[in-house]
Amino acid sequence: MTETANPDSFIRIRGVSKHFGDFVAVDNVDLDIRRGELFAILGGSGCGKSTLLRMLAGFEEPTAGTIEIDGTDVTHQPPYERPVNMMFQSYAIFPHMTVQKNVAYGLRKDGVSGSELTDRVDDAIRLVQLDGFQERKPDQLSGGQRQRVALARALIKQPKVLLLDEPLAALDKKLREQTQFELMNIQDELGITFVVVTHDQEEAMTLATRIAVMDKGRFLQVGEPKEIYEYPQSRFVADFVGTINTFEGSVSAIDEETITVNCPDVTAPVLALNSHDVEVGQAACIAIRPEKIFISLDKPEDDETNSVRGVVDDLGYLGNRSLYRIRLETGRMIQVSRQNQRRSAKRFVEWDDKVWVSWRPRSCVVIFEEL
Amino acid sequence: MAGTKHTDQGWRRFAVAVPYVWLLVFFLLPFVIILKISLADPVIAQPPFTPLLDDQGNLSVSLDGFKFLLTDKLYAITYFKSVMLAASATMLCLLLGFPMAYGIARSDPMTRSILLLLIVLPFWISFLLRVYAWMGLLNNYGVINNMLMWFGAIDQPIQFMYTDFAMLIGMTYSYLPFMVLPLYATLERMDLDLVDAAQDLGATRTGAFWDITWPLAKPGVIAGCLLVFIPAMGEYVIPYLLGGGESLLIGRVLFDEFFVNRDWPLASSVAIVLLLILVVPIMLLQRYQARDAEDA
Repeated sequence: MTETANPDSFIRIRGVSKHFGDFVAVDNVDLDIRRGELFAILGGSGCGKSTLLRMLAGFEEPTAGTIEIDGTDVTHQPPYERPVNMMFQSYAIFPHMTVQKNVAYGLRKDGVSGSELTDRVDDAIRLVQLDGFQERKPDQLSGGQRQRVALARALIKQPKVLLLDEPLAALDKKLREQTQFELMNIQDELGITFVVVTHDQEEAMTLATRIAVMDKGRFLQVGEPKEIYEYPQSRFVADFVGTINTFEGSVSAIDEETITVNCPDVTAPVLALNSHDVEVGQAACIAIRPEKIFISLDKPEDDETNSVRGVVDDLGYLGNRSLYRIRLETGRMIQVSRQNQRRSAKRFVEWDDKVWVSWRPRSCVVIFEEL
Repeated sequence: MAGTKHTDQGWRRFAVAVPYVWLLVFFLLPFVIILKISLADPVIAQPPFTPLLDDQGNLSVSLDGFKFLLTDKLYAITYFKSVMLAASATMLCLLLGFPMAYGIARSDPMTRSILLLLIVLPFWISFLLRVYAWMGLLNNYGVINNMLMWFGAIDQPIQFMYTDFAMLIGMTYSYLPFMVLPLYATLERMDLDLVDAAQDLGATRTGAFWDITWPLAKPGVIAGCLLVFIPAMGEYVIPYLLGGGESLLIGRVLFDEFFVNRDWPLASSVAIVLLLILVVPIMLLQRYQARDAEDA
């Protein structure tokens, strides 16, 4: 019970692995999730995120390692004994039961009955704004309504942890945005720890207080959305979360505040902030987000560093911003995005325009990675 | 364009009409004929029953056949025994078939197709041959008795053949695939997340089975039970080969009345009553299913 005192380790995952035959789905991971946090596990399909979630729920037993929730070791507890409930990607609403019975199921299994049962069920149904739908059967509900039923059903036992498997994947865009904020409000209101599994970086970024990026059964980086986006520690994370332009190169000079990297694709030397233990000659990868690159028709004032010439290969108008694909002299394509701040029917640059692209030293992410 | 539309509609009518015509020609018409015969009197002639309209054109209806069924206790006993045996076979099929279907539905796709093939494989061999094979297994010097004696479990062969037990085994064996296949179809369709969800919400494995799997499998259970019960009820070959002379089942009685006693009106009455016995539970089940569907 000493662990309970540590609020940073409400869910404590230590050395957890899961093997299916020869296949290693989850590979010796450690993770701490805080009480009341909205935590997202982000990764592509087959990265092990769903297996990890199923181990938290108790549907799979880890091959090795331990899982503690609120100081109790639950590693070998069956799902029905854990203080954890799950909202399934398919929602898994019992098709032969009404909304009321679906939501009440968990309480009934706990032996709650009578007016307490009906009161709590009504409260949960009201919480997800499904009042009046109590007697409906699942096939008479829309996708969004089914999702709410699934949510109410998972929340009714007031679990310590709510697991959400791709909670928004099946909804259309408008509904997603709305539901996203509702989920955040509900989480805020109830203070339950949410663990969301998703492949959608946008969903993870807006929902979560912290994100763990997962690939091949391991966590590559755990941090706040901003950290993950602005300070990715690996090429995979940089690439998976948002779009990014990367340039290979090697460190040529080290200053107090900056390092200089020579990249074959960029004619001028690239200046970046010095934040690592670096050596001259070390291989480095410079990564820059599209929105942090400027395009200009004129030569930038400081063309000694961080600038390169190119040709507009393609452009796309997205309303609030425009996307440009610029072909550099070496033939490399890079992506640049630009806010359309001025209202104008005229394009700022045209196809095949010769342009300069430039960026600030502080915009460069430097990734040192064994390749 | 109008032409295409017209033919389109014609095809639709045709498609709808086919099952109705089928039922009319192969079910309703024979039924009416049997009903007509059941209301006649037996005569020694060709055909062996009185016509519905006599020479003067008067309607001659006789309920003697049905009356006889009520007076002779033998028929009531036979019906009862047939129902009991068919019901027992159905229950046995369900008890054996459910775990089988469940196992197949939950196995990986490769094994699944092999297992399904194994379920259907016996149909490649004639039904009659398969029942004969059971005679070879069950008779006093058959495989089972020999094995038991060889192991020293018994000194005297056990009388399996010509008992209700032999008939029960025969029926269960023969109709098991008809139970497994519809059950498999419903179980295979089921979303496994539902069972996980039930366990997640506090149900034990058994609890989740009774709360989720069983109610969702019910349409398959009903279909399977009907597919076993109905043919088992009128079964003729199995009681004839495995049941021996004394074991009277309604299929046997029906055959004997038609072809041994040549009392066609009585035989027809037997058939009509059999049909009623079968139709009533089917209608009840269908009403139950319809009500269930309405709830859904």
